[in-house]
Amino acid sequence: MAAPDKSLRSSLGRVRGLGSAKDGTMHWWAQRTTAIALVPLTVWFVVSVIAHAGAPLAEVKAWIGSPVPAVLMLALVVAMFQHARLGVQVVIEDYVHCEAVKIAALLAVNGAALLFGGFAVFSILKLAFGG
Amino acid sequence: MAEFSLPANSKVHAGKAWPAPSGARRTKTFRIYRWDPDKGANPQVDSYTIDLDKTAPMVLDALIKIKNEIDPTLTFRRSCREGVCGSCAMNIDGTNTLACTKAIADCEGDVKIYPLPHMPVIKDLVPDLTQAYAQLRSVEPWLKSETPPPDRERPQSPAERQKLDGLWECILCFCCSTSCPSYWWNGDRYLGPAILLQAYRWIADTRDEATGERLDNLEDPFRLYRCHTIMNCTKTCPKGLNPAKAIGEIKKLMVARK
Repeated sequence: MAAPDKSLRSSLGRVRGLGSAKDGTMHWWAQRTTAIALVPLTVWFVVSVIAHAGAPLAEVKAWIGSPVPAVLMLALVVAMFQHARLGVQVVIEDYVHCEAVKIAALLAVNGAALLFGGFAVFSILKLAFGG
Repeated sequence: MAEFSLPANSKVHAGKAWPAPSGARRTKTFRIYRWDPDKGANPQVDSYTIDLDKTAPMVLDALIKIKNEIDPTLTFRRSCREGVCGSCAMNIDGTNTLACTKAIADCEGDVKIYPLPHMPVIKDLVPDLTQAYAQLRSVEPWLKSETPPPDRERPQSPAERQKLDGLWECILCFCCSTSCPSYWWNGDRYLGPAILLQAYRWIADTRDEATGERLDNLEDPFRLYRCHTIMNCTKTCPKGLNPAKAIGEIKKLMVARK
């Protein structure tokens, strides 16, 4: 806990602060649901990669581009980046107490998740539609 | 950033040692955190070796013996000496617990005693709980009802009453909150397990009519959702309660009303 400052505000006033943000439930729920979704998706991904070990490039590209693997890959990538983004956000909020650094870090993490996730989604779509 | 090491003026030094009394056959050494706000010096750990044959069985008995017979400046809170008041909560042997219900025989080697972790220290083993008490007040731990009071008790079915078991027994010793890393790092905004268990005690009470308002007040990324289910609270609770489960129930209700 931070050292008590010199403010003469009552402790109840300090605790009530700016009030409840009426937020956080969907963040918590999304982190749990993506975690659950990632269990079968990750197992499917690992099993599929092992099954295609040593296969020629054209065959692997055709497999990822076919409907079911493409949709599952998209689900995996979206769930993974969403889960990672939500998790790292909590870590930053926990440990970074300088407001400016915290906001910069949150923007950087969310931006990176969006860019890398977008890149992964584009790559899968390209295999599916563009070859 | 989070504090991973103590600031220079909080580094704990070795302190004074009181040797075993002559003729003592069964002795035990108590290594106790000492800090006096009037001295302006760093905290220190004093060690007191006492004769167990002349000491009652609990750690609190030893503390009282040390204060009465060896060092009257040793400062700590105590009242009921039977685990119902919560005053003598402190960190004994690395675990937050009540000195009055912790047996000396259960401590291996020297008994190390520190105040509840990560709270401002007033003196020696006495932490400043002002913030925790203000947080308790912020959840308004009393029955709220708009229905005019009946002429007799407000009725509850046995099943409804049973929901309060495991909640009403909390004595607000704050062993749980001060064992929680999330409360250490964000105790200014996170309410901590003790307060959230108290909040749930009123949310679970079927006689209370302010459930939605209570949930509104808790629905916050810091007040409630800093709980990361670390479970230190449940592990350390000297009354055997489960604050982590109470927090889980609050989170379930938050989702249920979406």
